Amino acid sequence: MTIVSTLLPIDIALGVVVCWLLLGLTGLLLQNTALITRYIFPAGALAALLLAAAALSNLGGDSNVAVLALGLPDLPFHLRLDALSAFFLLLLGAASVGISLYSAGYFRDMKGGALGLLCFEYHIFLASMALVFMADDAYLFMVAWETMALSSYFLVTTDHHLAQARRAGFLYLLIAHVGAIAILLSFGVMQGGQGDYTFASMRDAQLNAFWASVTFLLALFGFGAKAGILPLHAWLPEAHPAAPSPISAMMSGIMLKTAIYGILRVSFDLLDAPQWWWGALALTLGLLTALYGVLFAAVQTDMKRLLAYSSIENIGVILTGIGLAIIFHSFQKEALAALALTAALYHAFNHAFMKGLLFLGTGSVLHATGERNLGRLGGLIHRMPKLALLVLVGTLALAGLPPLNGFVSEWLLLQAFLLSPGLPHSYLNMLIPIAAAALALAAALAGYVMVKFYGVIFLGQPRGSDVVGQKPFDEVHDVGIWERIGLTWLALGCILLGVFPVFFILHIDFVSQMLVGHTLGVSAAQTGWLWLTPIQPERASYSPLILFVIIIVGVLFTLYGVKKFYHGRLRRGPAWDCGYPEQTARMQDTAEGFGQPIRQIFQLFFGITREVPGPFDKKPHYHGETSDRLWEWCYLPIARLTDKISALTGKLQHGRIHAYLLYSFVTLLALLAFVR
Amino acid sequence: MNSLLLQLFQDTLVVLIAPLLLGWVNQCRAWLQNRSGAGVLQPYRNLIKLFHKDAVLANNASPLFRATPYILFASMWLAASLVPVIATDLPLSQAVDVIALVGIFALARVFISLAAMDVGTSFGTMGARREMLVGFLAEPALLMVFFTAATISHSTSLVTIVETLAHKQFVIYPSLAFAGIAFVMVLLAENARIPVDNPATHLELTMIHEAMILEYSARHLALIEWASALKLLAYFTIGCALFMPWGIAEVGNLAALPVALLALFIKLLLGGAGLALLETVTAKMRIFRVPEFMGTAFLLAVLGMLIHFLLGS
Repeated sequence: MTIVSTLLPIDIALGVVVCWLLLGLTGLLLQNTALITRYIFPAGALAALLLAAAALSNLGGDSNVAVLALGLPDLPFHLRLDALSAFFLLLLGAASVGISLYSAGYFRDMKGGALGLLCFEYHIFLASMALVFMADDAYLFMVAWETMALSSYFLVTTDHHLAQARRAGFLYLLIAHVGAIAILLSFGVMQGGQGDYTFASMRDAQLNAFWASVTFLLALFGFGAKAGILPLHAWLPEAHPAAPSPISAMMSGIMLKTAIYGILRVSFDLLDAPQWWWGALALTLGLLTALYGVLFAAVQTDMKRLLAYSSIENIGVILTGIGLAIIFHSFQKEALAALALTAALYHAFNHAFMKGLLFLGTGSVLHATGERNLGRLGGLIHRMPKLALLVLVGTLALAGLPPLNGFVSEWLLLQAFLLSPGLPHSYLNMLIPIAAAALALAAALAGYVMVKFYGVIFLGQPRGSDVVGQKPFDEVHDVGIWERIGLTWLALGCILLGVFPVFFILHIDFVSQMLVGHTLGVSAAQTGWLWLTPIQPERASYSPLILFVIIIVGVLFTLYGVKKFYHGRLRRGPAWDCGYPEQTARMQDTAEGFGQPIRQIFQLFFGITREVPGPFDKKPHYHGETSDRLWEWCYLPIARLTDKISALTGKLQHGRIHAYLLYSFVTLLALLAFVR
Repeated sequence: MNSLLLQLFQDTLVVLIAPLLLGWVNQCRAWLQNRSGAGVLQPYRNLIKLFHKDAVLANNASPLFRATPYILFASMWLAASLVPVIATDLPLSQAVDVIALVGIFALARVFISLAAMDVGTSFGTMGARREMLVGFLAEPALLMVFFTAATISHSTSLVTIVETLAHKQFVIYPSLAFAGIAFVMVLLAENARIPVDNPATHLELTMIHEAMILEYSARHLALIEWASALKLLAYFTIGCALFMPWGIAEVGNLAALPVALLALFIKLLLGGAGLALLETVTAKMRIFRVPEFMGTAFLLAVLGMLIHFLLGS
């Protein structure tokens, strides 16, 4: 009993980390598909649930610290579980429960050896993310951060026999490491020359405005590379589609949030006095990222690439919220800072559930049909009705529609924008309405993207007449029980977070109390748990539960009324379509067709190459490709420059030993001259 | 208790008079085009006729297709009943502020677009695509219009907005003027009116809304038509609430109800006639021009908000 009573939440969290490591090792040793899917993944989910519970219990409590005598001599690992860490651990635990349960069903057809390896990497990945959230010194943080990058690299290249997956993995690794260097430098600046790399000493270090700004910019760059903030987003649409779907769900839903955690940790906790232009920069970058992501999502033809671009958009929205919070915080408007921060954190949590759900959904579609290209799908609602219903929840949530969760965070963020007038800076006051407009535009475009995503995959007729993807339409089966449990967990999360926001905001409050010293929940709950009122009830109030109930009552009432006063007679017949009899499935919009208006309107942003058939072509052939302009503007010049420099360096290398001896000799002489 | 009764009264009122407004607009259009017209009650006759018919569903229509008319009707009914039109003492208005109202319109739009893609006909998907195209520019424009009003009254609650605007002296806000123009453009686009869409034809080159509901028949079609009428009414009442809130009965003032009702009818009569006039004097534009039209509306709305910040009024 005494052991239990002295068990701190951080011990439980560490226990979960160890448990994950052991599970991974067991999986590696077992190499047995049935055992791994039936026991290891569900056990991992159970551990995740425990982690979520421990984190939830510690959100409001004191911060726990632990020092582990691992690592190098005299350089122990410091760990700390405070409100911010607990919040992100809660996110990790709660979302990975669903993903692990789903994995138990998803990987059932995989070969034992490969699955053992994947199971090992998967659990290492989970454990390293948990350690990133708990690290309290730069050393452990970087070790965990790199473990996370490496384990996810190996997960991305699970299908390493495909050149595309290897290429995607390399790009991911490259950008992750460029980012890691920036993070390391940022920690280096932050410790202020004391040589002590614990976060505690970084909090105490007094940096002047210049060095603080350098730190912030380095951190924004480094964490931005992980989060996919413009222009460092290029790896995301490559790596997410290449990875197996549960891994994509984990990377998009959880791993991107480690970067959000890092930005929050550095700008609010480690650096104490943020400057307003940091916020303006983050806000602008966030909005650009959001708009860019959603525009590219609208023109994608691969369902996982579409979701990857949508993740970029959502990261942009979260960053917008953080930027706004920094602006308010720097002007000591802490109530508003708490509002913006709550919106950002809420959206981060929502996104883990919504995007996890949708990526897992695409996994099931991929499993059932063997196809990722939207142009060969369609009509799956008839063959996979359960999956279609669950994915519909995620689709509506991601489109930001009430009464689901995506809308709540959007609502909070828009409220933060609306309440902002009165900043002592006229440029900012002008920027904010424009930013609100851009955010509203991005949110509306997200609706477009989601209608395309759901409509093309699940609705209509299968686009290859009776074949969907690589399978006959009649042989496509709905998802199995484990997958369904995982998906249902995430879908339930979307609904509950949408309908009962006040309960959750009361928990976020601990984080905003810690970061900006002000909470939202007291005012959010002052008129009862039913009402979300961020400042005062007269200013704004929203009650998702009432809205939800009224729409359902309205639907039932209408249904009842129609049946009661008229009749329910129904006949089936061929589709009408203005009386055109020669309908085929190929006359529906493809993914390209659905994205065409966006391509037309925002032509400027896309690099479009098209081959259009002439009027006399015997075999008419159409090919269109939309590419990322930033790739040619930003990445290719850097790649060419690197090539050029390496070519110049190559000139020094002849492979002749006397030349090298000469180089050494000249260097020695030069050094001697220099030292003397 | 009073406020609940008032809410129920408004719920019933909007659902009953919505087709009347549609009939009035159509009748005005007929008069302006030198036709005698079918009378203001024609929409009711249409609805009754449709409800009596047997529904025909396409062979491959899914449950989503069948559920959509009900969801559409319920959400539009909700939208129309939460805008304070005759009294500001509405409990529903507290639960759903302007941002959530825009969200409800978006919900309806997403569902009808998904339903249009469900059967998998060329017209259906084309309509869905065009609807979302109009929607993704109309939605932020509408939101910006609301934001202009919200920054003036420091609240996103419709009740507070209406009370603030109704109490002020008769001042012309330059920001609201911009917002007003943007709002009219959004109203035309969102309710499938000329110049964006033409509710009277099934011409493949131009149709948006009609293309989406081609596969619907009987009671489903009736519910969709009724929902469209409710949506038009909701937009009219939003216009009244934002730009001419005079005559509305405030909290606790039940004696003012008859006056408020009269004021509402006059506003709707004038507004309907104005819409008919606007539709008669403009020409339908090509679909490729629609994004420019909507973009203009969006920019005007943003400009309205910026002007508010610049002039402080």
